[in-house]
Amino acid sequence: MTTAEIRKAVLDILADIAPDEDLSDLKDDVTFRDQLELDSMDFLDIVMELRKRYRIQIPEEEYTELASMGSTVKYLEPLMKDVE
Amino acid sequence: MLADIHNQYDVVVVGSGLAGMTAANTLARAGHSVLLLEHHTKLGGLATWFRRPGGHIFDVSLHGFPVGMIKSCRRYWCGELADMIVQLLHIRFDNPTFSLETTFDRRDFTELLTNRFQVPEATVKEFFDTTRSMQFTDEQTMTTGELFERFFPGRDDVVRLLMEPITYANGSTLEDPALSYGIVFSNFMSKGVYTFQGGTDRLIKIMAGVMKHNGVDVRTGCNVEKIHVEGRRVEGVIAAGRFIKTRSVVSNANLKGTIFNLVGRQPWDSDFLDEARAVRLNNSSTQVYMALREGEQIDERTGDLLFSSTAPAFCTEMLLGRNVTSRTYSFYYPRTRPGQNRCAVVASTNANYSDWADLGKEDYAAGKQDLIETTLAAITKYVPDVREKLDWVEAATPLTFERYTKHLCGASFGTKFEGLAVSRALPEQITGLYHAGSVGIIMSGWLGAVNYGVIVANNVDAFLMTGNSQTTAENP
Repeated sequence: MTTAEIRKAVLDILADIAPDEDLSDLKDDVTFRDQLELDSMDFLDIVMELRKRYRIQIPEEEYTELASMGSTVKYLEPLMKDVE
Repeated sequence: MLADIHNQYDVVVVGSGLAGMTAANTLARAGHSVLLLEHHTKLGGLATWFRRPGGHIFDVSLHGFPVGMIKSCRRYWCGELADMIVQLLHIRFDNPTFSLETTFDRRDFTELLTNRFQVPEATVKEFFDTTRSMQFTDEQTMTTGELFERFFPGRDDVVRLLMEPITYANGSTLEDPALSYGIVFSNFMSKGVYTFQGGTDRLIKIMAGVMKHNGVDVRTGCNVEKIHVEGRRVEGVIAAGRFIKTRSVVSNANLKGTIFNLVGRQPWDSDFLDEARAVRLNNSSTQVYMALREGEQIDERTGDLLFSSTAPAFCTEMLLGRNVTSRTYSFYYPRTRPGQNRCAVVASTNANYSDWADLGKEDYAAGKQDLIETTLAAITKYVPDVREKLDWVEAATPLTFERYTKHLCGASFGTKFEGLAVSRALPEQITGLYHAGSVGIIMSGWLGAVNYGVIVANNVDAFLMTGNSQTTAENP
């Protein structure tokens, strides 16, 4: 997957988890929490969906990497580069 | 009862409380083979109900939960469940310090605290913001009592307003960590108190249907006697004398019961055992169930939830002792179960197991009768003609809770805060062994149980995906 495709994949998951949120002008360098109404269960759902859809394993101590779109994509790049 | 089960599962879930069922459902939905075993004839654990002659149905724990249940039900169960959740708008307090009614949300509480209790608005705001920012991973040096002392020094009346309902909701005390209070309080203060329209029986029926749809193999009346561990790895469970092989176990049984009874003393690290031994169980409860004759009404202005107390001041010991001064009434009007024209009241008190456990048969019966009589006398203040309208009354004690949930000492709110770390450390001790149930105060109650079920299911799903390559607990 390219960087753009990874971003799109995360965006798709967010759209499913937070269907009422407007994701059209989500800023990559601002935390999700500051832009969206996400709680810790929502972050857990992102982790579960990444595992289910792309078989990506994220250890619990690395959940903090998912703070913003920018940090999430950067964290996922090496893990998802071989994903079709 | 174990007819037609498979020889092997990815996951066996022991116990069908809300955490157990939610873990089972989440894992089945993720594609794993799941067997759910429940010792009782009904699913639900403490999320339960019972029927009595005359068509009465009593809900045991459907008192009210935070708004977060709507989202969790929609996401981890189904929209039908989420759509049946409604707000309880009339929460009342009545004690020698104050008597008031509230919608139990941040806006209303801010108004009460600033106008009626004359607390500066900035202090109220800072208190709400502080509790809201608390995370269960934070340091836990401050106690709840110290938190109140910091914001509302010397204000026993304010403490009573802020603490009594939370003590009722999860058994926590002023001596527990402030963050356990902050998290639960913020959950409720987000948007008030909610309930499930249709009753617990309807809730569990829908959940059972969803589990069936997702392929969970459910067996009730089936007690798990042992979790079988080989070396440091889960091999299976023994239920009704039969060995069932499994790659993982999620125990929804009491945390200490899981470690000391279901697994046994053998395979653990000694430090871990010391830690597990030191985990304090939360208290138990007594309840008095009162049903009115069909058609008899209670004035809805009586409230949905009523926190009543005759104690001059708030104090943990008084809440727990047998010399009851505080009772919480859950009023169930006909709207609880649309189509039925019935009212019921459940009066709950927190209680110590030890006050009931050692009584002889006659003293126990007398204790129950006394509980009923004193409760009827107390509720007369709010429902004056309750005795004339009454069709059925009975009481439950800590022993009742113990019998139906198998929780040690009838604990009705799981364990104190330290139980959370022990619960989460289980898979580091024994590969494939997980616990999801009421622990650490914050993972208890309806919302805490459901969400902890999801959190643990996520860990189990990760373990099952990596399968045998995970070896964290392999070497003794």
